[in-house]
Amino acid sequence: MTGIHADGGAAATGRRADGGAPADGHDRGSPAEELLVAEELHRAFGPTPALAGASLTVRAGEVLAVLGPSGSGKSTLLHCLAGIVRPDSGRVTYRGADLTAMSDRELSALRRGQFGFVFQFGQLVPELTCLENVALPLRLERVGRREAERRAAEWLGRLEVGDVAGKRPGEVSGGQGQRVAVARALVTAPRVVFADEPTGALDSLHGERVMRLLTGAARDTGAAVVLVTHEARVAAYSDREVVVRDGRTRSLEPAA
Amino acid sequence: MVCIVAAMSIGQTFLGLLESTPRHGYDLKRAYDERFGQARPLHFGQVYATLSRLLRNGLVEVDSVEAGEGPDRKRYAITEAGVTDVRRWLSQPEKPEPYLHSVLYTKVVLALLTGRSAADLLDTQRAEHLRLMRELTRRRDSGDLAERLICDHALFHLEADLRWLELTAARLDELAEAVRR
Repeated sequence: MTGIHADGGAAATGRRADGGAPADGHDRGSPAEELLVAEELHRAFGPTPALAGASLTVRAGEVLAVLGPSGSGKSTLLHCLAGIVRPDSGRVTYRGADLTAMSDRELSALRRGQFGFVFQFGQLVPELTCLENVALPLRLERVGRREAERRAAEWLGRLEVGDVAGKRPGEVSGGQGQRVAVARALVTAPRVVFADEPTGALDSLHGERVMRLLTGAARDTGAAVVLVTHEARVAAYSDREVVVRDGRTRSLEPAA
Repeated sequence: MVCIVAAMSIGQTFLGLLESTPRHGYDLKRAYDERFGQARPLHFGQVYATLSRLLRNGLVEVDSVEAGEGPDRKRYAITEAGVTDVRRWLSQPEKPEPYLHSVLYTKVVLALLTGRSAADLLDTQRAEHLRLMRELTRRRDSGDLAERLICDHALFHLEADLRWLELTAARLDELAEAVRR
């Protein structure tokens, strides 16, 4: 059968438009650069194997959908790629640096500085306003309050939720809360955004709005997106897909 | 159950059924009707017209002829060209469109019957569906309201297909067992 292979081959189609240096001054790398490479990951939780030889590559600026049925291991794969979960065996490298050899402190610094996260239920801090939530990752990076809140306000406006800046997460709708979470994920200009079922708690209309804004903003800034979903309509915002089945990955390319 | 094989794929379905063993026209019709056309069995005319076409195109050959009281009974066998044809058909994704499941179901069963990878077939089809869904999503997000509604309709149908592909992939072992019985 043509078109089926272990991941790591075909180039992604979606790229940031300009290819030049972004306004934040970070080195974004070349569009085809392999940012994250996972090789033969195995991970079990007790006697239950979640990953059984999963491999994939994430390239700069691409939106990669990770598909698969419930329990297939796709969220565990995302957690391994993001350095949240350590694999039992196998290797994850980020721009050549081996995550599996890093200390917890190094991993934490990597996550804060290079990665952004969007989860199914937003996971905003309920005591903080939406503006403070978005500014939080910058504050953790020791950016001054005024500058952090200026950048946070800019991102809230970009995600079309500038009007909820002063509200707490409990006072906004699910769709608004997710857009605040997307703003929080992007405010530090990450190289990779990990999105785990980002629209799973939203209806179609609000889910599509979140996806359009998330992928649009990521493409504008040159961030790669690793999008875990079981919804085809959400995966349709990606450039390519990898399927996880029984803890193993398969990438798909349509036959020519 | 409705007749689930489009007329244009009856030939390839015959080839798939002949790949495991040569058959007489009557046996072929029976095997086909049992698996794919319970509610609308093939007419004998369709069977012999299809076999004539396959014979003419070199995709099947007459394996043996048995003389009897009526007309001679011909047994048909698939040729190398026929095997190539069915392999190509099974490996090519179908153009995504509503009610495609019938053709896909036939392909999955034939892949299992002929020892090919039905999982690969389903994955290839899923990639093709997603490719079209990406196009439609781009069109929808840049279109006016009418365009958005039209694209949404198509996207929901394709999504239903994809759910079927996923469910079928999860049931392949069960289906393989049923097909072998």
